[in-house]
Amino acid sequence: MTDSLGQLAGVPHIAGVGVDQIAFPGREGYLPLIAALRDGGFEMCADLCVVDYLGHPGRPLPDGVTPERFEVVVNLLSLSAKRRVRVRVQVPESDPSVPSLFDLYPGTEAMEREAFDLMGVIFINHPDLTRILMPEEWEGHPLRKDYGNARVPVQFKEAPGPR
Amino acid sequence: MTTIGHHNDEDDTMRTIERPSWSPKDTSEGAQELLTRSETVASELGRESGAVLRLPDGQVLDATQIDIDRPDDETMIINMGPQHPSTHGVLRLMLELDGEVVLRTKPIIGYLHTGMEKTAEDLTYVQGSTNVTRMDYLSPLHNELVFSLATESLLGLEMPSRATWIRMLMCELNRVSSHLMWMATNGMDLGSTSMMIYGFREREMILSFFEKTTGLRLNTNYIRPGGVAADLPDGWEDDVAVICDTVLERSFEYDDLLTGQPIFRERTEGVGGLTAEEALALSVTGPLLRSTGVPWDLRRSMPYLAYDELDFDVIVGTYGDNFDRYAIRLAEIRESIKMIRQIVEKMPSGDYRIQDPKVTPPPRGRIDASMEALIHHFKIFTEGFKVPEGEVYLPIESPRGELGCYLVSDGSSKPFRMHIRGPSFVNLQVLPLLLRGGLLSDAVAVISSVDPVMGEVDR
Amino acid sequence: MGLEDLPHNFLTGQIEDLVKWARRSSMWPATFGLACCAIEMMAAGAADYDLARFGMEVFRNSPRQADVMIVAGRVSQKMAPVLRQVYDQMMEPKWVISMGVCASSGGMFNNYAVVQGVDQIVPVDVYAPGCPPSPETLIHAILTLHESIRTGEITKRRQQGMPLEMNHEHASPWVPDVPTAVRLGTPR
Repeated sequence: MTDSLGQLAGVPHIAGVGVDQIAFPGREGYLPLIAALRDGGFEMCADLCVVDYLGHPGRPLPDGVTPERFEVVVNLLSLSAKRRVRVRVQVPESDPSVPSLFDLYPGTEAMEREAFDLMGVIFINHPDLTRILMPEEWEGHPLRKDYGNARVPVQFKEAPGPR
Repeated sequence: MTTIGHHNDEDDTMRTIERPSWSPKDTSEGAQELLTRSETVASELGRESGAVLRLPDGQVLDATQIDIDRPDDETMIINMGPQHPSTHGVLRLMLELDGEVVLRTKPIIGYLHTGMEKTAEDLTYVQGSTNVTRMDYLSPLHNELVFSLATESLLGLEMPSRATWIRMLMCELNRVSSHLMWMATNGMDLGSTSMMIYGFREREMILSFFEKTTGLRLNTNYIRPGGVAADLPDGWEDDVAVICDTVLERSFEYDDLLTGQPIFRERTEGVGGLTAEEALALSVTGPLLRSTGVPWDLRRSMPYLAYDELDFDVIVGTYGDNFDRYAIRLAEIRESIKMIRQIVEKMPSGDYRIQDPKVTPPPRGRIDASMEALIHHFKIFTEGFKVPEGEVYLPIESPRGELGCYLVSDGSSKPFRMHIRGPSFVNLQVLPLLLRGGLLSDAVAVISSVDPVMGEVDR
Repeated sequence: MGLEDLPHNFLTGQIEDLVKWARRSSMWPATFGLACCAIEMMAAGAADYDLARFGMEVFRNSPRQADVMIVAGRVSQKMAPVLRQVYDQMMEPKWVISMGVCASSGGMFNNYAVVQGVDQIVPVDVYAPGCPPSPETLIHAILTLHESIRTGEITKRRQQGMPLEMNHEHASPWVPDVPTAVRLGTPR
């Protein structure tokens, strides 16, 4: 098990809350790292989501990692060793695409479709990258920070407050 | 204004009917739907037949068992749902059938999408649990727990032990009520209407206790960052003891009703079998994973709250079929009753919420007397409390599987990003695999056995 | 509803009362449970709060056989055309009960994904507030509907094109005389 986390030695990583390590590969090293972790005993991909950091004041990243607008966050779980590890990949807004994890973990199929639908990040080599939660002809990616939440103004309040 | 063709049998002509202007547009979802095989990409077909699960050679699906080489015009693609009595909420399934045998399946979800993750960015952490609790509406306390635990881990707070044990009590009661609800709906899907009535009868007792403690039967908003909203009422030990005794005794009645019954056995044994490799590859957790033989339960393997101080068994199945999942859930009801009894004995005294002025409002009585208390209360409930910058992924074991909350904070009083990993969302991916080669009526049984809650699937 | 056109005399008055009694006594709901309110609707149909005493325990799955559609839960943008299709398939006379705040007004979810009130899609007869409404609230809403059918209120309002309200000048507020459920140790 220490060998698999040794895979992280070549990749910038920091410690985290509740996980052993958080790794920050680049987009090219992303698939090889996940494959190495999978061979090293992380049998299940617990969660894959995307965070849009537009408007964030600034987040701590290790040296050598440039912050981009989107981040793909993958949480892996090892049942045999009872450990978790997190992998965060920076994805620029100009070219929002990352390789898909479907060939390694088929369970990410629905998670990646949801990330594409709500955030607009494209997963290369995903077998069926279509919208999953919004209607098919919906335009825009609702969970992005520049997509408003389309509140209907409620008649009985004068000032638009947080509610 | 589209026209509908109508064939007139008498004189063998086609008569067109104008669709009225108030009739809604097509409910077709285009690319999200199941397309005929000629229009489907090869990799997607492979996904449906499990070929990409990298199973060892002996276990790959035998193509000669089901004739998947039927030409397109000998199979039909039918639509089941979203309004359908047996799909457990608004799940739409498109099935390609060869007679009664299901070949390909595609679940289409999104009919209950509420934008809860977006709403969470507009609500403070105090208000957040009202939003999160409505995701998995059968076990709302688990949703609140995962959100509160994630917030507290970002705040770096340690809960007083009574708060932790109250949370455990409510969550285990919620597990019992969720599994009872599952048994009720599963029984009804398989034809036993009396099981529906029995399950709801037991559940009413637990919901009465919830109403007494939290104020609401469902969607309780009880577990909040900082502890719980109110202390347990006087006499709660007697109420809980009555619930435990009654539910335990009646669980043996359900055994009599269902477990030995031949029709139930025929309909559930051997149906919807899942192997451990498939389950792990598809990120399946919860009773589905345990039915395949993998003894993974977060309460035992990676304990949270005070589960390491309780004595309970992790129930594991053998064949991964519907009957195993039924037996696991029935046994989990009994295990939870055992745990609840231990919690009643061991419940510590103390504070039911942390006495940290940053997150806890002052007691209501003091607001009338002291101006500082009033301002403090006001600030917490309007502005909220600020959570230091950071991110955390916190998983717990909900009745459906691993429920996780990935919370990113930017230092303000509202979450920057809240993502909930819903176990039903991920578990639904097994449907194309489990339904393949089965009959249409087995499809109903399998969906019920997977126990999806669409609020959590669609969020 | 076919009753307004008959010439009014004693005999047709009696037949009208009979028809109204038949309509309200065995009103079959169409299953349209969407979210949390659906669970409370099922609980209302189960043993403790029994809808069978009002003739409504059969939730007809086919909308062609149903009289009332209880929209229970939040209606998302993707579900809205489906809701309208199911409503259109129901045969006259038909009624709609909007159960819960999400169906009545969008509830706590005022955002891009939820339709702000199901009355934007179908005409609603009774609104039942609550999140979720307790089964007692749902039963009160159902009995309000029954009462308005009994007094003929509902046909008058439909003609005028106005939404239904229990107008207490015509009928006295009718409180159902049903026993409430026994709670664990809760003093009554």
